[in-house]
Amino acid sequence: MRILIILLSIIFCHNSASAQSKISLGLQLEPPNLDPTSGAAAAIDEVVYGNIFEGLVKIDQNGNIKPGLALYWEISSDRRSYVFHLAEGVTFHDGTLFHANDVKYSFNRARAVNSTNAKKYIFAPITNIDVFDALTVMISLDNARTDFLFNIGLGDAVIVSEKTASENAFNPVGTGPFMFKDWVRGDRISLVRNDNYWGDAPRLERVDFKIITDPLSAYTAMKAGDIDAFPNYPAPENLFLFNNDPSYEVIVGLTAGETILGTNNKKAPFDNILVRKAMAHAINRQELIDGAMFGNAAPIGSHFAPDHPDYIDLTGIFPHDLDKARAFLKEAGLEKGFTASLKLPPPIYARRTGELIAHQLGKIGIDVEIENMEWAQWIDQVLRNKNFDLTIVSHVEPVDINIYANPNYYFGYDNEDFQNIIKEIDDSGDATETSSLYKLAQRKIADDAVNGYLFQLGKYGVWKRGVKGMWKNYPIRSNDLSAVYIEGADE
Amino acid sequence: MKKLPLNLTIGLILTFMFVFMAALSFVWTPYDVTALDIGSKFLAPNFQHLFGTDHFGRDVFSMVMVGARNAIAVSLVAVGIGMAIGVPLGLWSAATRMNGYGLMDEALMRGNDLIFAFPSLLMAIMITAVFGPGAINAIIAIGIFNIPVFARMTRGAALGLWSREYIMAARVSGKSMMRISYEHILPNILNILIVQATIQFSIAIIAEAALSYVGLGTQPPMPSLGRMLNEAQTMIFFAPWLGFVPGGAIVTMVIGLNLLGDGLRDLLDPKLRIRAAQTRKGEDNNVTT
Repeated sequence: MRILIILLSIIFCHNSASAQSKISLGLQLEPPNLDPTSGAAAAIDEVVYGNIFEGLVKIDQNGNIKPGLALYWEISSDRRSYVFHLAEGVTFHDGTLFHANDVKYSFNRARAVNSTNAKKYIFAPITNIDVFDALTVMISLDNARTDFLFNIGLGDAVIVSEKTASENAFNPVGTGPFMFKDWVRGDRISLVRNDNYWGDAPRLERVDFKIITDPLSAYTAMKAGDIDAFPNYPAPENLFLFNNDPSYEVIVGLTAGETILGTNNKKAPFDNILVRKAMAHAINRQELIDGAMFGNAAPIGSHFAPDHPDYIDLTGIFPHDLDKARAFLKEAGLEKGFTASLKLPPPIYARRTGELIAHQLGKIGIDVEIENMEWAQWIDQVLRNKNFDLTIVSHVEPVDINIYANPNYYFGYDNEDFQNIIKEIDDSGDATETSSLYKLAQRKIADDAVNGYLFQLGKYGVWKRGVKGMWKNYPIRSNDLSAVYIEGADE
Repeated sequence: MKKLPLNLTIGLILTFMFVFMAALSFVWTPYDVTALDIGSKFLAPNFQHLFGTDHFGRDVFSMVMVGARNAIAVSLVAVGIGMAIGVPLGLWSAATRMNGYGLMDEALMRGNDLIFAFPSLLMAIMITAVFGPGAINAIIAIGIFNIPVFARMTRGAALGLWSREYIMAARVSGKSMMRISYEHILPNILNILIVQATIQFSIAIIAEAALSYVGLGTQPPMPSLGRMLNEAQTMIFFAPWLGFVPGGAIVTMVIGLNLLGDGLRDLLDPKLRIRAAQTRKGEDNNVTT
């Protein structure tokens, strides 16, 4: 009997020790591959950014630029050249020593003609990359670019090794605090601690990203304790159940996802600004946030994230006012209303918001026909062929107001003034000037009611009490685990 | 008056209840099913809202009424399509076989097998991929699935009749294949077809619910029982009525139709009635001996 107790206690102690330096995270979407420099899927960054791969600079959970592989940098007075001083003693997971040449290689690879990088525009302003020595590299730009430093902190600009670059999709090798272990398709992706990490040693030994697509399974897996944390929990409607349970912690933050009522500005009657203004007045943001997101989202009045320092609150330009909405429709000669189709992609926020939007626009006589579709159909019909009236989608890229400068983008906003503002932002090197230009840009598209600006998608973090160091916000889609630990865990 | 079988009585009551509710929903529902009222969301069942309200504050009872109406309408048309095409096909198939055109029969039946080999859900996904989701396409998908069911059943039953003396008499008198099929065969297999139609009807209701559950059936804002179930999934922990009510409605409807089908078979199939009477007598004998 005593032996049994001793045995049991050994087993028990062993279990608790190993369980606590391990973490299981829930992931709703499985990434198509693990190479952030070629794929556009946000799910890739959710696994690898800051964990397996690192860039010259690092974006933190509040969207600030922090040192990464470059410990510090100097910017020339004309803001056209950057000298990066790199960390010493950094090795890739395969043992190769990190060298300034890797920076040159990674950026040249990304901006090459045949590059498959999803954000080649980041590298477009680069004219020259000079390696001074193993730890110093200078990047020259064609012009002063305010957003350059932020952009090279994105997952698309991480540093890869020439030796392993071609295999990163399925066997990623980076410089980060965790190394890729294995990937069981449809089930999990496992990372283990990189004991040779150059920076502060991570406290977790092992990380399992478990792929849980179904929101109901996400709930039960969390409740059953199969996973320790869901960085972006998929069902806002039952968040409060975790809130009421003392063994869990719920942290509602923001993502960079501006959720908009995408409007085809090139198609009648939406090419008429009066119609768009009428729709803007008909939208009741609070009802959308309460009804579709169960209160867990922030209203927006333009295409800009509320947690960005240059954000201005423009929700007051078109307050919810049905009389004004009807007056605008009358002015447009459409007081009898009209019929419009609303094409909705699969995410639940779009489907739920869509039903509410149909209801709200119905009040001013716009008869909205909902058409639910899969992503492939949506990309083909809405994004590519612009064969739509209205749609609802969240734009999850950080600071992506520049998409309005592209007249061929799906909502078809072609405005020279706005394009000039974006051009000035691109060319501006001065932070105050950029800030006021961003504000001008926000106001311009809000005044023109290009799209219906609904809300900023929230990030719903749910984890067991005691899990510390998880990101609150998603300025970029990353679950940086370098600082995560579980309270009370044996070190 | 002869007493109706018990299963038929219960089946009739349940089916009538839903048909009545569905018919009523054309003219009256307690609340407007397309009117959203976020302020009164997730109300538990009470006297104002008999089955509570959903996440948009819609009255669940009204939604079930309209949802049942849609399910019945889709199933009715789909089974109608299946019968309208399947039955003549089966009659034709049987007639050709009995009149020396066996090859035609083979071709028809193998074509049938081909359609039968595709599950209705797969067929529906294929149709909606091409034409877009919606109630009409759900009807087509379920209807197509029903064709081979009726064709086979009709052919099988008809083959058994073609060798009867009265059919031979009809053939001798010079009636055409088509006339024999419609004047003599069809009336004699009608009872089997009616029973089968009831069963197919209940299967069609489940199929409609399944299609709506995966988002391929009736589109919002029109309520549908399957979609209500789907939407309730993550909410049943705090609003269980959202799952139980539409789920219960589907189960009750299907049970009602199945009982109705069984009862009709008992009532309409004379052979079965005689056999049942015999077994009963036999059992009695066993008991006495």
